[in-house]
Amino acid sequence: MVIECKHVWEHISGYLDQTLPPDVLEQVQKHLEHCEICSAILDSTRNILILTADDRVFELPLGFSERLHARLEEEIRKMKH
Amino acid sequence: MAIELRDESRMIAAILAGDGRLFHELIRPYERRVYAMALSFLRNEADAEDAAQEAFLKAFRNLASFRGDAKFGTWLVSITLNEARSRIRRRDTIKMQSLDEPPDEQGQSVPALLRDWKEIPSEALERKEVRLLLQKAITALPLIYREVFQLRDIEELSVNEAAQALGISIASVKVRLHRARMMLQKNLAPQLKQIAPKRRWLAWL
Repeated sequence: MVIECKHVWEHISGYLDQTLPPDVLEQVQKHLEHCEICSAILDSTRNILILTADDRVFELPLGFSERLHARLEEEIRKMKH
Repeated sequence: MAIELRDESRMIAAILAGDGRLFHELIRPYERRVYAMALSFLRNEADAEDAAQEAFLKAFRNLASFRGDAKFGTWLVSITLNEARSRIRRRDTIKMQSLDEPPDEQGQSVPALLRDWKEIPSEALERKEVRLLLQKAITALPLIYREVFQLRDIEELSVNEAAQALGISIASVKVRLHRARMMLQKNLAPQLKQIAPKRRWLAWL
């Protein structure tokens, strides 16, 4: 069965997570083989996920650790008394 | 030290037995993760830092109630989630109306169409411009999508863990995650393409 682009888009997430049922996976894969547009959408989504998962996106502010551990130290000391 | 190689349950037992200072070591690998989560929820660095500190303090105070059946990191995520959510609720009550009204979960949007995105250039992330763009796009997601995206794609919780942490069904996690990813694709792909300088990795966009 041939599926349209918009149906492929519904399965992009499942495709990336490898959770598609075998029959759907096969249809999507077949479509991707000859559809440049859907392949590009899939690639860009995958790339964006790689980029957003990178540690460097949310960097700690300067001095974050020092301030955090100072506050914890206060708390730890309180617990001892 | 890699998180997997540390014996966290032994550290926790020692902390509970009185060696409170060990808590500093226990949480070190999680600082960035907790902060990132708080930031993506609260959208403001100062609030995020405050919420992150509070989450760690709560974890310390409630350490005795931590059950070994979940990973310490996952437990910490749920404390952070609660902290961030309660702050958002407080803020939203003040604002009167939330900006995070859940849009129709059934609707389908059209992804950004583009061709020839090939390789990921790791150099891209060395540019502050790109990092800010990604941060902005994530924090701009409506809350119900942002929290699922954060837990699944950034903190790498399983579908079940995310469903549990958020108190929603597994099916909802999947639907919302898909929508979140598609929103990011639609928002980011054209922008990344636009700001890409004429460098050797231009070909990736």
